[in-house]
Amino acid sequence: MALRLLRCLAAAALAVAALAAPAAAKTLLAAKTLRVAPHSDLKIVDPIWTTALITVNHGYMIYDTLFALDAKLNVQPQMVDRYALSADKLTWTFTLRDGLEWHDGAPVTAEDCIASLKRWGARDALGQKLIAYVKDFAAPDAKTIRMTLKEPYGFVLQALAKPGASVPFMMPKRVAETDPAKQITDYTGSGPFIFKQDEWRPGEKAVYVKNPKYRPRAEPASGMAGGKIAKVDRVEWIWIADPQTQVNALLNGEVDVIEQPPHDLLPLLAADNNIELFVWNPPGRQYALRFNVLAQPFDNPKVRQAVAYALNQKDMLQSVIGDPKWYQECKSLFPCGSPLESTKGFEDKFESNFAKARALLQEAGYDGTPIVIMQSTDIVALSNLAPVAKALMEKAGFKVDVQAMDWQTLVSRRTKKDPPAAGGWHAFLTSWASVDVLDPVATAFLNASCDKALFGWPCDAELERLRDAFARETDPAKQKAIAEAVQLREVEYPTHLQLGQYTQPIAFRKGVSGILAGPSIAFWNVEVQ
Amino acid sequence: MTGYILRRLAATVPVMLIVAVLVFLMLRLTPGDPAAIIAGDNANAEQIAQIRTRLGLDQPLFTQFFIWFANILHGDFGESFFFKKTVAELIASRIEPTIALSLFTITLAVVIAVPLGVLAAYKQGTWIDKIVMGFSVLGFSVPVFVIGYSLIYLFAIKLNWLPVQGYQRIADGLGGFLIRLLLPALTLSVIYIALIARMTRASVIDVLGEDYIRTARAKGQVEIKVLFRHALKNAAVPIVTVIGLGVALLIGGVVVTESVFTIPGLGRLTVDAVLARDYPTIQAVILLFSFVYVLINLIIDLIYTVVDPRIRY
Repeated sequence: MALRLLRCLAAAALAVAALAAPAAAKTLLAAKTLRVAPHSDLKIVDPIWTTALITVNHGYMIYDTLFALDAKLNVQPQMVDRYALSADKLTWTFTLRDGLEWHDGAPVTAEDCIASLKRWGARDALGQKLIAYVKDFAAPDAKTIRMTLKEPYGFVLQALAKPGASVPFMMPKRVAETDPAKQITDYTGSGPFIFKQDEWRPGEKAVYVKNPKYRPRAEPASGMAGGKIAKVDRVEWIWIADPQTQVNALLNGEVDVIEQPPHDLLPLLAADNNIELFVWNPPGRQYALRFNVLAQPFDNPKVRQAVAYALNQKDMLQSVIGDPKWYQECKSLFPCGSPLESTKGFEDKFESNFAKARALLQEAGYDGTPIVIMQSTDIVALSNLAPVAKALMEKAGFKVDVQAMDWQTLVSRRTKKDPPAAGGWHAFLTSWASVDVLDPVATAFLNASCDKALFGWPCDAELERLRDAFARETDPAKQKAIAEAVQLREVEYPTHLQLGQYTQPIAFRKGVSGILAGPSIAFWNVEVQ
Repeated sequence: MTGYILRRLAATVPVMLIVAVLVFLMLRLTPGDPAAIIAGDNANAEQIAQIRTRLGLDQPLFTQFFIWFANILHGDFGESFFFKKTVAELIASRIEPTIALSLFTITLAVVIAVPLGVLAAYKQGTWIDKIVMGFSVLGFSVPVFVIGYSLIYLFAIKLNWLPVQGYQRIADGLGGFLIRLLLPALTLSVIYIALIARMTRASVIDVLGEDYIRTARAKGQVEIKVLFRHALKNAAVPIVTVIGLGVALLIGGVVVTESVFTIPGLGRLTVDAVLARDYPTIQAVILLFSFVYVLINLIIDLIYTVVDPRIRY
């Protein structure tokens, strides 16, 4: 009986091994496949319709842009061959490169790009700002885009090259004419990879194959600019929700890359000789505390200034990132390492100067109203910030009520203007890519246009005047001066507080090479052995 | 019997109706706005409002309910807010991994637990009994994810025998399908092995004291036949109940296991849908789970009549 059972088990094991063999062979054949564990599942594939980062990354895979930022965050032409600005600074002329084709083989035309810019301009804040300055677009020939402005605007190239959320990706005219409020259903791009819609399984994986017709620029790849050469035949984004499983899968060779390994698991990866960590985005991300200026007592700028005195960046960063290797204290409103970096006005802030904070609260007549801070508990990189902020603010004399919730609840609640006691809020903590806050126009939290501003609804004519002046200015030196003025105004009228920067390394196994440093993650130029 | 089955099936209708109303209301009372989530972090109020209108979330609550309910009656569960697919398509694409994992798990649990329970009962009070019961307590106490990570560490990372994660559809090869399912099924089965082994032991111990067992032994029956033909058969009703409950409880267990092992099943779909407030998907999946619960209960009741012919409906 026992012998018979053993024989049956052995036969079953052999059968399973034999049946598994074709799968192993398939893996060997697919040697030029790069398997990536991305930071999120790809659910929405219209990068103009949503600002979700995973969709932006998808956009960079299959679409191209007129301009792009290089590794040093300088604007470089991408689909554009040459461009010119008229002497009166009102007419921009962009000429497309030769040989650009959509994935379906049709040539990329100026009409396609104009339609794409219009759709982007209907959705994105920076795009809306640009379109507001545009008198009209014209396509004198198939390769030339002419953009006439109503008045000079200093932010044209930066807007067209913007990374981060809502990138102006170029799409065929028939796709770009989709109602901006609706999602596209045709995923034809002109980028270095083609989206395999038939293999896309939301919640499981997204697949891209090399675009054999892509014509890269001659310059070497740098950031999102330069020659985008796909060096693998296929890229698979394998969605692994659990961070520990992501790490296990990398250690076991089941994926080649983890896009965003959590900081607490980095020591585990660093200890393995077969794994490399690389900071692809040196400016990293910036933490921010957002105020709701409609909610008393934060309607008084002095109370908000008191928070800037009470907090310190080191405690905040230590609580979420831990290892100083991955974070940087930075008092500048605009990211440290970026052209507009400056500490002006913030020199004495973020030092946990509780005496100064108490004095400001007294001056403001703070009556002990509890400050409701929304705490996102399901995002590891954010969850510890609120309790630290509470402890520091309480030392300065605030009463703080930290309310725990998941991020999606926070996202919903932050749109409510109700008083905090009736389901509203005073403040919450978040983070954003440093490339999204490089200047006063791009920084969404600096929009102080009252009801039209983002949640928090700051309302300050001076800040808006300075942001407009920055947008109009075309001289970089003068732009820098205006940015400093914005920062000084922000000290007086805080819309949010910058709480330091951190970098997020990518982890990959040995045998993977060519991952580029830049403002967004890119999978062209990457080789796998 | 047919009349009984039909009556039980008809009784599912009011149950499903109550579940539908409760799920709908609970989701709407839960904080979180799908439109804000879809729009992304940098969307403004106008963009969020546009999406809310497109999804019909700006309609009064009862209007939303009646539209949804009327569509269900027509067999239309709606379209997912996030995945540009109908909910029916989504569920269809996710159901295979969950069914496969559940069946594999419960088969593994029954095949291991029932003999273990019988053995423990037969060797009551000996070290074998103590080991089996010790394992049983361990199986109850250790959380599923701890078992999962431990098995991954041993069998995937250290021994490199099995993959860490992922699922291969059966159509893509039986070998890969089984190999990828082995660790998750083993992980999930531990608690059910503990549960079923314990119940089997208790039931068999009860039965072993009966006169007919003494009679069977007196007639010279070999011990294995006494145990499996006479004792186990008569101890089967509570064991079947526990197995049935186990199948029903699996629906909850697969959520964690599917997350740890990256299996794109209904458990993961439910978690993703809840986190994203994807109302149509959550509603449909919970209705489906409720129906499965009712169906499992019915099947258990019917199995009673097979294992114990005295039971009649």
